[in-house]
Amino acid sequence: MTEPAPQRHRRRAFDWSTAAIAALAFSAGATVYWRDGPARFLTIFESDLLLFGDMLPKVLAGCLIGAFVTLLLPRELVARWVGHESGFTGLLIAALFGFILPGGPITIYPVAGAFLAMGADAGAIVAFITSWTLVGYTRALVWELPFFGSHFVIWRIVEALPLPILAGVLARIAARAVFARR
Amino acid sequence: MTLAINLMLWLLVGALGLIAGYRGRVLLKNGLRDGAMEFIHLLPRIAIGVVGSGFIAEVLPRALIAPWLGPKSGLTGVLIATLGGALTPGGPVVGFSIGAAALKSGAGAPQVIAYSTAWALYAVHRLVMWEVPLMPPRVVWLRAAVSVPLPFIAAALAMLLAKP
Repeated sequence: MTEPAPQRHRRRAFDWSTAAIAALAFSAGATVYWRDGPARFLTIFESDLLLFGDMLPKVLAGCLIGAFVTLLLPRELVARWVGHESGFTGLLIAALFGFILPGGPITIYPVAGAFLAMGADAGAIVAFITSWTLVGYTRALVWELPFFGSHFVIWRIVEALPLPILAGVLARIAARAVFARR
Repeated sequence: MTLAINLMLWLLVGALGLIAGYRGRVLLKNGLRDGAMEFIHLLPRIAIGVVGSGFIAEVLPRALIAPWLGPKSGLTGVLIATLGGALTPGGPVVGFSIGAAALKSGAGAPQVIAYSTAWALYAVHRLVMWEVPLMPPRVVWLRAAVSVPLPFIAAALAMLLAKP
């Protein structure tokens, strides 16, 4: 916990997930081309490219907001904050920071681990991770928007809003039940 | 609406940039560089996924998707989607491409929401690869266990609100 989390990680330019989807996309594209003709191929290509182009400024903004928040909001401070709050307020604060903190799994799970070390309970950790995965803006801006468009994403997030708190409450009940039996 | 979102986001970028610049030029430079690097890293992945999901949707058999995952598939569709989400391996490109392709080829919005919620919360592959090595296992399993009903709740809310 004393080691500061590395700011940036060396990332490979190639990953298997992208390669698999690229292969699938290429065969699907070829199938459409041979089966339905070049006109249909171009129609699909054009509409998806337009959606992608429309979302690019938002993706770039998402990346920049994420980078600035990472630099401006020291994770140590967040961990102390979440660790010291308890009760329902603790769940709310954990969920709020799940929404605010950017980053992928490599950076977010160590932060959640630091919350534990600072005294946060399992409920707060669960609320934090659930909020980060379902409501977090960087993920929505950078990944979800280009794929689904803003209408779908906004409604999906609205419908996910109660879930982090609910998961936190459930985790507290479950943790208490497990400890009571011991 | 997309213009309003863009405006709001870039105002936020401007405000954060100002705060960073006020605290020091190095901070501003680092923020801009990190954000730009992330964007360049993600660009090809998102492009392949977004354009690819359109073609994948086109070759998926609609006749099969509609009864099993369509808007009228109800709870069965949500259950299948949730299981599918939990078992989808790989990174975000895979999950979002599959979800978008399903939506384009006739799956219902609540079913797709259940899929992406389950995949985001407890894709087995990610729990084992990422979360268990970095977190105390008992917290990981507790989180996974309490997350089991969440895709169903999200889908139910989507059905109640009848949106998107």
